[in-house]
Amino acid sequence: MNIIVLVKQVPDTSEVKINRETNTLIRDGVPSIINPFDMFAIEEALRLREQHGGKVTAVTMGPPQAADALKETVAMGVDEVVLLSDRAFAGADTWATSYTLAQGIKKLGAYDLVIAGKQAIDGDTAQVGPETADMLGIPFIAYIKKIEAIAGGKMTVERMMDDGYDVVESSLPALITVVKEINQPRLPSLKGKMKAKNLKVTTLTAKDINADENLLGLKGSPTKVVRIFPPAPRGQREILSGTIEQQVDQVVKKLKEQSLV
Amino acid sequence: MSVQVISNTCTGCETCVSACPFGAIEMRGGKAFITESCTLCGACIEACEFKAIERTGEEAVAAAKDLSAFKGVWVFAEQHKGGISSVTLELLGEGRKLADKRQTKLSAVFIGQDIKNRAKDLIAHGADVVYLADDPALKDFNDDSYSAVLTTLATLHKPEIILAGATAIGRSFIPKVAAKLYTGLTADCTVLDIDPETGNLHQTRPAFGGNIMATIVSPNHRPQMATVRHKVMKPAPRNDARTGEIIEVKFTQTGDVRTKVIKTVEELGETVNICEANIIVAGGRGMGGVKNFHLLEELAKVLGGAVAATRGAVDEGWIPYSHQVGQTGKTVCPKLYIACGISGAIQHVAGMQSSDVIVAINKDPDAPIFSVATYGIVGDVLEVLPVMIKKFKEIRG
Repeated sequence: MNIIVLVKQVPDTSEVKINRETNTLIRDGVPSIINPFDMFAIEEALRLREQHGGKVTAVTMGPPQAADALKETVAMGVDEVVLLSDRAFAGADTWATSYTLAQGIKKLGAYDLVIAGKQAIDGDTAQVGPETADMLGIPFIAYIKKIEAIAGGKMTVERMMDDGYDVVESSLPALITVVKEINQPRLPSLKGKMKAKNLKVTTLTAKDINADENLLGLKGSPTKVVRIFPPAPRGQREILSGTIEQQVDQVVKKLKEQSLV
Repeated sequence: MSVQVISNTCTGCETCVSACPFGAIEMRGGKAFITESCTLCGACIEACEFKAIERTGEEAVAAAKDLSAFKGVWVFAEQHKGGISSVTLELLGEGRKLADKRQTKLSAVFIGQDIKNRAKDLIAHGADVVYLADDPALKDFNDDSYSAVLTTLATLHKPEIILAGATAIGRSFIPKVAAKLYTGLTADCTVLDIDPETGNLHQTRPAFGGNIMATIVSPNHRPQMATVRHKVMKPAPRNDARTGEIIEVKFTQTGDVRTKVIKTVEELGETVNICEANIIVAGGRGMGGVKNFHLLEELAKVLGGAVAATRGAVDEGWIPYSHQVGQTGKTVCPKLYIACGISGAIQHVAGMQSSDVIVAINKDPDAPIFSVATYGIVGDVLEVLPVMIKKFKEIRG
């Protein structure tokens, strides 16, 4: 089966810190990584290929340096990669990103399944998966924690919900987003690393994917960011002291005063 | 389209360099220079006191739609097995405020099976109109059918704003509606406000793991769509004297049924969904093992709260993943979060730092969790919890 994995290169947000004096993000030395949720998507695609044969293609939209993220997927075992990169893509919100990805995917020929991570850790929107599926005209199922079976143009999956999970059957091709519980991503292999090192990443531009330039990048994005600011600092904090009994007494009293308990 | 520095006006103060969330501005020859990493977010334009940075080519964006044709505030009224979700009441509360500010109607879109008798509850909680799609084919949540119902209604009635909960269901199918309507959607908002003149909805949300806040608008597109985080907005009070209109909507399946729910499994048992809980008792690796988790359960029971955990505790297999709070789990914002034996790794903090009050219990006084704690108890969690359970039992009688 032919599987497409959507990946995004993101700053490692766990490394992002706030400069408390200027209230801005300190980005110096913050490494770029593959969005952690996408690692589960890559792993699941590789496992499906091992079971059913076929090939795995990783697709990303981003600046030229996003090619590094694609090379990492090759080191893990991905067969082919495509970078969608063009100045016209810059400033895209989730709608314009989804449009670009959908146009790119349409260029790749027939596929059975598209897998993405549940969300990216920088934007945290979880919108690009469902929007892309809609633009491709294929079914979408979010938060997959297990693929139970794939056969005869159908698959059965377990979808996490807020209060448990659903078992869902879907026709193929489809687009799914996956959660951490689905698998444990593998490490890159030595062979994979060698292949990645010599890889020339295929880049497709707006023209290559027959995109309508009015629907790309900032121009095609319905949403605009009008303000970015640091979150309000948390209020007064109080580290208590004394015996455990005394500390607990103080906390219970304070919570009671605030009618929290 | 690009963001450019007006060289003559730039004073070289470097304010924009630190204001850029993407590290895309450098100083070259004493002037600011915008590099290839620019995402055109415009943070620098706002930061520059000298109006030396401008966005060019914006006039090229044609107003795609006649915005004045769009009127009214809508909420997607989520339900589970006929029970109206708590987030729905929060949306009605917020939606009512926005509708009043804009002097327009508040409507609820109610989708499911055998839910007809609950529609009046939505009116009691502030809706003027309920669009009711009650059909056996809508029994289970299905991305295709739910998005079809909402898209069809929105195309027909042209609301100015559509709000939904940032729940598993809302975050799954609402983007499909935005994709079809070619309109803006902002995820997981914590603050909403409307410009009474333009009708632009100012949607504020956390990004970068809660490290920054961003305010987003969709100036040229309608409806303006947003998913809203649980527990942030105030629920609408009930008033049975309110009247409103219930409009029944017929659902017709078009095309093949592509996905169907075969089975629904409830996992959390007696405990409530952590996203909806007012009080959360959470445990980390410091709990020392699954054998001590009964302490968390007991405390949660006394307080009427839910049990959550860190990634570490979930990875150890002490509790299912559905209870995980943090970057790779759920984001929660209860009134009270009690962090038990949690060190406070930034990935965990990202998922709980918007809680109103945080109580942290840790034996290490230098644990990072104390930097976000409202109250910190320094001590062995296994000694603290039994004392705490006892005290709370006393006051709760």
